[in-house]
Amino acid sequence: MTRLLDVENLTLQFDTDEGRITAVDNVSFSLEAGEVMGLVGESGSGKSVTAKSLMKLNASNAHYSDDTKITLHLEDGPIDIMSLKNSKEMQVVRGGAISMIFQEPMASFAPAISIGDQMVEQLLIHTDMNSKKAKEVSIEMLDRVGISDASTRFKQFAFELSGGMRQRAMIAMALSTKPKLLIADEPTTALDVTIQAQVIDLMKDLVTEFGMGIIFITHDLGVIAQTADSVAVMYLGRVIEQGPVREVIRTPAHPYTQGLLAALPDLDNLDTPLKPIPGDIPSPLERPPGCVFNTRCPKVVGDVCSTVVPDFANMTEHHKAACHLYTQPQNGGSAK
Amino acid sequence: MSVKPLMSVRDLAVHFPLRGSLFGPKPVVKAVEGIDLDIAKGSFYGLVGESGSGKTTLGRALLRAVPITRGAINYDDGEAQYDLPSLSDKELKDYRKRAQLIFQDPYAALSPRMTVRDIIAEPLEVMGLTKSRQETDARVREIAAKCRLNLEHLRRFPHAFSGGQRQRISIARALVSGPQFIVADESVAALDVSIQADVLNLLKEIQEDMGLTFLFISHDLSVVAHVCDHVAVMYLGRLVETAPTRELFAAPRHPYTKALMSAIPSLDPDDRGKAQKLEGEIPSPTNPPPGCKFQTRCPFAIDICRKDEPKLESSGSEHNVACHRWRELMEEHALEDA
Repeated sequence: MTRLLDVENLTLQFDTDEGRITAVDNVSFSLEAGEVMGLVGESGSGKSVTAKSLMKLNASNAHYSDDTKITLHLEDGPIDIMSLKNSKEMQVVRGGAISMIFQEPMASFAPAISIGDQMVEQLLIHTDMNSKKAKEVSIEMLDRVGISDASTRFKQFAFELSGGMRQRAMIAMALSTKPKLLIADEPTTALDVTIQAQVIDLMKDLVTEFGMGIIFITHDLGVIAQTADSVAVMYLGRVIEQGPVREVIRTPAHPYTQGLLAALPDLDNLDTPLKPIPGDIPSPLERPPGCVFNTRCPKVVGDVCSTVVPDFANMTEHHKAACHLYTQPQNGGSAK
Repeated sequence: MSVKPLMSVRDLAVHFPLRGSLFGPKPVVKAVEGIDLDIAKGSFYGLVGESGSGKTTLGRALLRAVPITRGAINYDDGEAQYDLPSLSDKELKDYRKRAQLIFQDPYAALSPRMTVRDIIAEPLEVMGLTKSRQETDARVREIAAKCRLNLEHLRRFPHAFSGGQRQRISIARALVSGPQFIVADESVAALDVSIQADVLNLLKEIQEDMGLTFLFISHDLSVVAHVCDHVAVMYLGRLVETAPTRELFAAPRHPYTKALMSAIPSLDPDDRGKAQKLEGEIPSPTNPPPGCKFQTRCPFAIDICRKDEPKLESSGSEHNVACHRWRELMEEHALEDA
């Protein structure tokens, strides 16, 4: 396996009218080529902001900390993304080595330019194809993602396509430049379940075919179970648990992950009542000190939870959780 | 159940006119067509379908919030009785006290310029249900407490609240006039999972405490499975299957219901690729296919499915299904299992 991406100590704050808020706090992870990593969290957990940081797509009021380091390993050598200054330098990354699929395809296509023209435009920018070749490649990609009658669709506008079709076109567009890393931000959330199943299948096929790395952002643990190799769970800007998908879903270690899984309605077990996680997600302006989850946690071990930020503790070789249940020696073995 | 249903729907149709050409017949969208449905008093009735299936339109028809093209809807809660398609303005006003709606998006449904107290009190004032300010306040406090809202928060504005709290405010507003029948349209779809369970439990609790009847509209089968006692599945304006929840999930009969269930992403990473996948997408309601509406995507469609539209027929006590081939498919399935 070859390393594709390293994110180290990503910390990101936004200046707002109400003060400086921390959106992402000291997040580190890495991704191999061909790996699908799921980034799970509820609204406000910082998952989208984390993904956008990889292309420095966050708004101009964003401040990255000095020790934030994001490295993309390409064949011609590593790229230090934080050191890229202007949009000209960013071009290698944005749409070139990294592509992104957004949640709402209607909002991501320009409404007054045909789907085909938008696909050709980015190929002209990022590759050395001429427009004839770019058109051929685009139609081929539309066909590849299962859009029938691709040469007609090529000339159509986003509003003429159904939701599922638009998302397929979005995927075709994102993949036509053959990116090394694909960021998919809630790509199936706006779709109906039967269409979601089709799109998930399509994405899995394409990973196998193109061998790129994917960061799959979603709030749906079911979608993660079906697509990802590894998963990182975020809460209020921090990764609180990460590891191989089977271990995290079958033996969740962090009380938040456990709560999230217990809150999901389970079709095989209709008799168990739904168990909500008590309380609400705190506003980013009132980030709790210590462990960010301590205000809602049913397993608080003591004052340490509200004063000290927990370090990662290893459950197995690759599975780790940031929780004082596992950092306190006296509580080490007695996690209930 | 031999009890008279609270809501009884026969051959209901809701058509919306489209802008057509000057000549020839005006085109219509048949959003809801030929619906027969009984909702028992005290039931938590689920209505499931994908976008464009007509579930919201059906829900609104039961509130008389869309014009009814054809058919009968009878409401009878034991105290009052209404024949919905022919309500006078005065009767409609009375009906609104008994039937209410909880919306999907708690961010859009609450006026940002009103305090929580005013939002909850507004229906009381509009409907003239209370005589004095004290009475209104007392009623607002009572209902807010029931919805687990902090009474000190009543003076605040909605922007200060999280999604889950806002949805509880919407629920309080819907309940304040003392309705018997509530339509909850995708009421938890906009909420995070950890909050969703809380709001679902609250709805369930209120329904049991106050003896209400709910029509719970959702695209999420697993949520419906957990809270509802009966479920109706819609596709392109038609009901394709209705049954008690347990029966439906234990033995779905319509190919669409089966496909819908198997499309839910399983939490088991080793289940990958086992789902039975549907090809294609839901056809446009302006140009529905002839015969069974599901035939264009159904893996079992034969000639008769393309010609005749199947009627919803009883397949044992309360389990109804609209499919030409359900008996046959069940037998085949039984053979495969044997």
